Amino acid sequence: MFGRLTTEAFFHEPSQNGAVAGMVIMGALLLILITWTARWKWLWKEWITTVDPKRIGVMYIVVVLIMFAKGFADALMMRLQQFLSVGDSSGFISASHFQEIFSAHGTTMIFFVGMGVIFGLMNLIIPLQIGARDVAFPFLNALGFWLFASGGLLTLISLAIGKFSTAGWLAYPPLSGIEYSPGVGVDYWIWAVQIAGIGSTIAGINFLVTIMKMRCPGMTYMKMPIFTWSCLCAVVLIILAFPVLTATLVLLTLDRYLDMHFFTSYGDGNPMMYVNLIWAWGHPEVYILILPIFGVFSEIVPTFSEKRLFGYASMVWALIMITILSYLVWLHHFFTMGASPYVNSFFGIMTILIAIPTGVKIFNWLFTKFRGRVHFTSPMLWFFAFVLNFTVAGMTGILLSAPPVDYQVHNSLFLIAHFHGMVIGGVLFGFFAGFTYWFPKFTGFFLDEKLNLYAFWCWFLGFLVAFMPLYMLGFMGATRRLDHYEASTGWHPIFAVVAFGACIILCGALIQFFGLFWSIKIRKRNWDHSGGDPWNARTLEWSIPSPPPIYNFAIIPTVDQRDPLWAIKRGQAPKTEKIYEDIHLPVNTPIGLYIGMFATIFGFAMTWHIFWLAILSLSGIITTAIIRLSLRDKHETISADEVKKMETLQNRNEPL
Amino acid sequence: MSRPLTLHHQDTLEAHPDTRVPDPHQDVFSTTTFGFWVYLMTDCLLFATFFVTFAVFHDRTFGGPSPKDLFDLKTVFIETMVLLFSSVACGLALLSSLKLEKTKVIIWMAVAFLLGASFVAIELKEFTHLVHEGNSWERSAFLSSFFTLVGTHGLHVSVGLLWLMVMMFQVFWMGITALTFRRLSVFSMFWHFLDLIWIFIFTFVYLMGMV
Amino acid sequence: MSTDLTLKEIQKEWHGTYRSYALGLLFSLVLTAISFGLVILNPLPHKYVHIALLVLAVVQAAGQLVFFLHLGQEAHPRWETLIFSFTTLILLIIVIGTLWVMSDLNERTMENMENMKNMTNMKKDMVHD
Repeated sequence: MFGRLTTEAFFHEPSQNGAVAGMVIMGALLLILITWTARWKWLWKEWITTVDPKRIGVMYIVVVLIMFAKGFADALMMRLQQFLSVGDSSGFISASHFQEIFSAHGTTMIFFVGMGVIFGLMNLIIPLQIGARDVAFPFLNALGFWLFASGGLLTLISLAIGKFSTAGWLAYPPLSGIEYSPGVGVDYWIWAVQIAGIGSTIAGINFLVTIMKMRCPGMTYMKMPIFTWSCLCAVVLIILAFPVLTATLVLLTLDRYLDMHFFTSYGDGNPMMYVNLIWAWGHPEVYILILPIFGVFSEIVPTFSEKRLFGYASMVWALIMITILSYLVWLHHFFTMGASPYVNSFFGIMTILIAIPTGVKIFNWLFTKFRGRVHFTSPMLWFFAFVLNFTVAGMTGILLSAPPVDYQVHNSLFLIAHFHGMVIGGVLFGFFAGFTYWFPKFTGFFLDEKLNLYAFWCWFLGFLVAFMPLYMLGFMGATRRLDHYEASTGWHPIFAVVAFGACIILCGALIQFFGLFWSIKIRKRNWDHSGGDPWNARTLEWSIPSPPPIYNFAIIPTVDQRDPLWAIKRGQAPKTEKIYEDIHLPVNTPIGLYIGMFATIFGFAMTWHIFWLAILSLSGIITTAIIRLSLRDKHETISADEVKKMETLQNRNEPL
Repeated sequence: MSRPLTLHHQDTLEAHPDTRVPDPHQDVFSTTTFGFWVYLMTDCLLFATFFVTFAVFHDRTFGGPSPKDLFDLKTVFIETMVLLFSSVACGLALLSSLKLEKTKVIIWMAVAFLLGASFVAIELKEFTHLVHEGNSWERSAFLSSFFTLVGTHGLHVSVGLLWLMVMMFQVFWMGITALTFRRLSVFSMFWHFLDLIWIFIFTFVYLMGMV
Repeated sequence: MSTDLTLKEIQKEWHGTYRSYALGLLFSLVLTAISFGLVILNPLPHKYVHIALLVLAVVQAAGQLVFFLHLGQEAHPRWETLIFSFTTLILLIIVIGTLWVMSDLNERTMENMENMKNMTNMKKDMVHD
C-alpha cells in the first residue's frame, strides 16, 4: 500500500534527530504564525497565486534563504566533524550521515540556492530594466517557480522521512546505481533535481523570449543594460544545457527502476558515459550561475563610481565568448577518468582560453572605477571582495586546467577551495551585493548599512580563514569528502583554523539574518525619499517609484541610448507623451501551485515505490495542465484613470 | 538621499534617433510560437542525448541479439509512411483553418489522430514482441538505449495524440478563433517536429542497424 | 501586456500553403524511398552506405524544416532560424564531443572490458536461468 515506506523511515541517527525536530518545529511555528495573524487569504491572493514576476522574484529569494540555512548548517556540521574527528575520536556524525550531509550540501547550494538566486534576480530586475510591464509567459514563469520550490521541498522531506543520497551532489554510478544504492536516497535526489531542473528550463525559455521580444521602443540589443545581456547569455546556456541533465537523469532513473543497463557494467553499460553527460550539463551550469552575477556587478560598479561602464561592446563580446566556450570545456571535470593526452590537452587548452573573456570583464570593471568618484558602500565592498576571491580562485582554476596538475589535486581539498572561491566569492558575494543594491527598489527603504558592513567583514574574513588553508591541505594530499583524517597527518590544527573560519562566516550570516528583520523594524528611519532613485543610478528600474506599481511603467519608456535613466536625468531622453492608457495584466492562478504540489507528491511516491500514488499524482499534473490549456485568455484591466490616480498617489511616497 | 548630478566628459553621447520598437512582432501569437520553438530546441537536445547514448551503446549487445536479428524494415517503412501522412494531415488541418472551415479542420485532425494512433499501435506491437522474445531493455545496454530512444519518441507522439484530442474538442466548442488558431499552430509545430525526429530514428537506429 | 492582433492579422503570419505541404510530402517520400532502397537492395559498399544514409537524413530533415516547419520564412529578424542554428551547433559539439571522448576512453579500457564480460557471462549463467 505504501510501497517501501515503513515506520522505520521516521527514525534517524541521533545526529539527525535535532535537525529534523528543528525543521518540523519551525515549519509548524510558521503555519501557526500565519493562522494567528489571519494572513492565509492575503498569502493566497498576493503571493501563492501571483503571476507578477516582482512577487515571484521575492518568493524565489525566500526559498533561497530557507535552503541556504539548511545548506549552511550542513557545512557547519562537516567542519565541526572534521575538527572533532581526530585520533581516537570519530566525531559526532557517523560516516553514512556525513555522506548524506555533503551530498545534501552540494545539491542544496547549487540547485536551490544558486539557481534560486539567479531566477530571483531575473524576475525582479529584467522586466524593469527592459521597460516592460511583465514577462512573456507569466503563468509559465510561476510554474517554473513552483517546480523549483517542489524540488526544494522534496530535499527537506528527505531529512525527516528516510535518508538522502550518499552519492555526492552529482550521483555518479555505479555508486548511484540500484546495486550499490538500493535505498531511497538517490531516488530522492533524482526527483528533486529532475523536477527543479524542468522548472529551470521553463523559466529559462520564459526569460529568453521576454528579453528578445519585450524590450521597450528604442532598446536595441546594444543598448540593453549589461545585467540583461548577462541574463540573456545565461538563459541561452540554460536552454541548451538543462535538457542534457533531464535526459541523463532519465537514464539513471531507468537503470534504477526498470533494470536498464546504461551505467552498469553488467549488460555492457558504461558508467563513464554518465560522468561525460552529466558534466556536459554541469559545466554550462556553473556559467549559468556566474553570468548573472557578472551582470550584477556591471550595474553596481558604474553606479557607485559615478561613471559609465567601461567597454560595453567588449563586455558583450566577453559574455558571448564565455557562453560558447563553456560548451567546449566539460571534460576538465574528469581529466583523471583516463582519456588520452589528446583529449585531455584539447579540453585543457579550451579551459585556459575561457579565462580570457573573464579577465576582460574584470579589467573593464576596474577601468570603470579609474577616474570615477567611488562610493565605498557595502555593495562596492562586496565587489572588491569578489575581485580578490573570485580572481584568486579563478587562477587556481587555470592551475587545475593543466591535466598533469589536475592529476595531483583532483578531488582534493584544493579543488574544494577552488570552486568555493568561485561560488562564494563569485555567486554569493554578487548576490549579497545585488540584494543590498536593489533592496530599496522593491521595499522603499534601505537595509541598515552598519549591519551590512559588519556582515561583510565577517563573510570576507571568514571566507579567507575557512578556505585559503584548504589549498594547502589539498597540496599536502587531503582528499575531499572524508569524515576523518588521521592525526598522524599533522593537519588537525589546520582543520581547527578552517572550522573557526566557518564560525566567523556564521556570524556574518546571523548578522545578515538579524539585519533583515531589524531593517524592516526601523524602516521609517531608512526611508528612501528620492522618489525611486536613491543611488543616482543609470538604468530604467530606478526611473519608477519604490516599490514599483504592479504594472511597472504607467507609460512605456522610449530610449535612444545606453544608460537611459542617465539620459532622462540630463533631459536628453526622447520625449514620450504623457498619455495614460488602459493596462491589461494577467489574472492570478493557483494552477502553478497545484502542479508543483502534484510534482512533489509524484517525486515522493516514486521514491518510495508507492506506484498507485505516483500514477494518481501524474494524472493530476496532466489533468491540471489540460485544464489550464483549455481556458480562455483572461486579463484584468486597470483603466487609464486608475493608472493616473495610482501614479499621483505613488509620487507622494508615503511610508507604509 | 539625493546627490548632485555630475557630468563626466565620457558621458556626452550623441542621442540616437533610433527609437523604433526593437522587435516588430510582440503580439501573443508571435511570442507564443517563438517560445514554443525555443521549447522544441530543448527537446532537440533531449533527443540528441538519447541519440548519442544509442550511438555509444549500439554495439553493446552483451552477447545478445544485434539489430539485424531484431528489426523488420517492412514495419519501419509502414510506421514512417503513417507518421509522414499524419504530419501532412495536420498541415492540411491548419490550411483549412485559414479559411475558417471548422468541419474540415476537425476531419483532418481526426485523420492525423488515427494515423498517429496507428503509429503508436504498431510501435507498441513491436515492443511487446521484443519483450516476449526475451529481448527487453533489461538484456543489454544496446536494448536499453533502443527502447529509451524509440520509446521517448513514442511517448512524445502519445502525448501529442492526447493534445490533439483536446484540440479537437476545443475547435468543436469554440470554433476557429485567434486563441484556437494559435493553439493549433503550436500543436502543428510539435507534430511536424516529431516527424523530423523520426527521420533520424529510422535512419540511425533501424536502417544503419541493418547494414 | 501587448496590444493584440485579430484572427485575420495572425493568419497573415502563417506561412503554409498547399504547395509547400505537397512538395514536402513528395520530397520526404523520395528521400525515404532512396534510404530504404539503399539498405534493402544494397547497391553500395558498406562504408559508403552509412555516409549516404546520414546525408539523406539531413537533407530530408532540412526539407521538412522548410516545407512543414517553415524555417527561414519567418519575418526579419529571423530569430527562429538563428536559434535553430545555434542549437544545432551546440548539439553537434555535445554529440561529436561525446563520441570522441567515449571512443577514446573505451579504447583505453577495452582490454579490461573483454575480461570482465567473460567473467560476468559466467556469473550470469550461474545466477540466471
